[in-house]
Amino acid sequence: MHESTDLRISDHPILDFGNQEDIPFTFDGQAMMGKEGDTIASALHAAGVKILGYHFKTGRPRGYYCAIGNCSSCLMIVDGKANVRTCTEPLKAGMVVETQRDRGTPDVL
Amino acid sequence: MFYEPDIAVIGGGPAGLMAALMAAEVGAKVLLLERDGHLGGQLVKQTHKFFGSEKQHASVRGIAIAKLLENELNDLQDRVTLWQDATAIGLYEDGVLTVDHSGVYKKIRPKKIIAATGANEKYLLFPNNDLPGIYGAGAVQTMMNVHGVKPGHRVLMIGAGNIGLIVSYQLMQAGVEVAAIVEGLPTIGGYVVHASKIRRAGVPILTSHTIVRADGEGAVESAVIAEVDAAWNIVAGSERTIPCDVICISVGLSPLAELLWQAGCEMRYIRELGGHVPVRNESLETTVSGLYIAGDVTGIEEASAAMVEGHLAGLEAAASLGFKSPDYDHERKDCLEQLRQLRSGPQGEKIRVGLSRAEEQHAD
Repeated sequence: MHESTDLRISDHPILDFGNQEDIPFTFDGQAMMGKEGDTIASALHAAGVKILGYHFKTGRPRGYYCAIGNCSSCLMIVDGKANVRTCTEPLKAGMVVETQRDRGTPDVL
Repeated sequence: MFYEPDIAVIGGGPAGLMAALMAAEVGAKVLLLERDGHLGGQLVKQTHKFFGSEKQHASVRGIAIAKLLENELNDLQDRVTLWQDATAIGLYEDGVLTVDHSGVYKKIRPKKIIAATGANEKYLLFPNNDLPGIYGAGAVQTMMNVHGVKPGHRVLMIGAGNIGLIVSYQLMQAGVEVAAIVEGLPTIGGYVVHASKIRRAGVPILTSHTIVRADGEGAVESAVIAEVDAAWNIVAGSERTIPCDVICISVGLSPLAELLWQAGCEMRYIRELGGHVPVRNESLETTVSGLYIAGDVTGIEEASAAMVEGHLAGLEAAASLGFKSPDYDHERKDCLEQLRQLRSGPQGEKIRVGLSRAEEQHAD
């Protein structure tokens, strides 16, 4: 299991995130745990994963940037499907999430 | 065969929600498209209380306004069809709107369209600006206030406009240290009340400063900042390194107008409004007949103005189809008056200048 970090907000003057259920998934084969209400990217970030992929040409690391599905910086392979915008894709139990290093293969041609 | 709603509203944020509500209220059949899995757009992460007047829900938190509008929409269920996880991907000359609805490609032909597509966060050019750990201010707000996740432990904020100030404060509320706020201009752009709160908490706001570069192995570990002179040149010897694991970019927004370009709207670059915006008349109709706009896509403003614009666009699009309430004239006037008030005073000057150039009759 990936080491947990202290990035989850536990005490907030306005917001109460309540008792969110744990959601298990894997990242590059590693067992991970997210929370109810997470997107794939927020779960990874909370677990300390900042690099979501690598640029297909330069190989430079790519992270989260806009969080609303605009910028394409967070594209990953999810359940075998490439180019998933992980910043808006809700996390589901059992998801298989992988680092993307190329442009991905279109699933419909 | 096309699905032909009276009015399609693109975007379920503050502008789109109001537009859909107002059009449905007078009897129009509305299709509301929202690309996300929830309504409210960027309201869902705005934990701060709104300014403006009571009509725009002043002193209510953004998150509560989203809920309020959504409840009102539920009361009009028989007239409003809501598609979530529905991204408008094309708008053609013959009025056909194409949508990716949960992976299914759909074509619709609404009688009228209201585009309330919102805005995009701007980037800033500097070496290593693509390192993980460099996030848009809005993104940080989403991560904290929607998902309950801190972006990191120590943040350098770039930009002292309202978003930069508000997000800095919200970072502190979430228990994250803000190392400093860096602002290129010699003055703070945001409201004094926000800036004072932050300074009282001990966070320096460094005006006439810029980010020179980011550094780190795989992710941000530090940033170099420096002072700039009146011509934006770096003052020699003023560089210093700030250790941080997050750099938050808050240098403004630009209207998300791709669909309007594609539809053939006349567009103008207006710096004061954040970029290219569609030319429109007072009723918020673009140069493409039957295509209306509301919210940040008309020019970057606050959610209060977006809601009033949505109200106006909904009213006008519905009226053009014959759905007119007995109060139409009064409501229209009231919307225009609310917008005038929101844009009054020195804070509204930039918007007033920009809008005067975006109105149809203006000659370039």
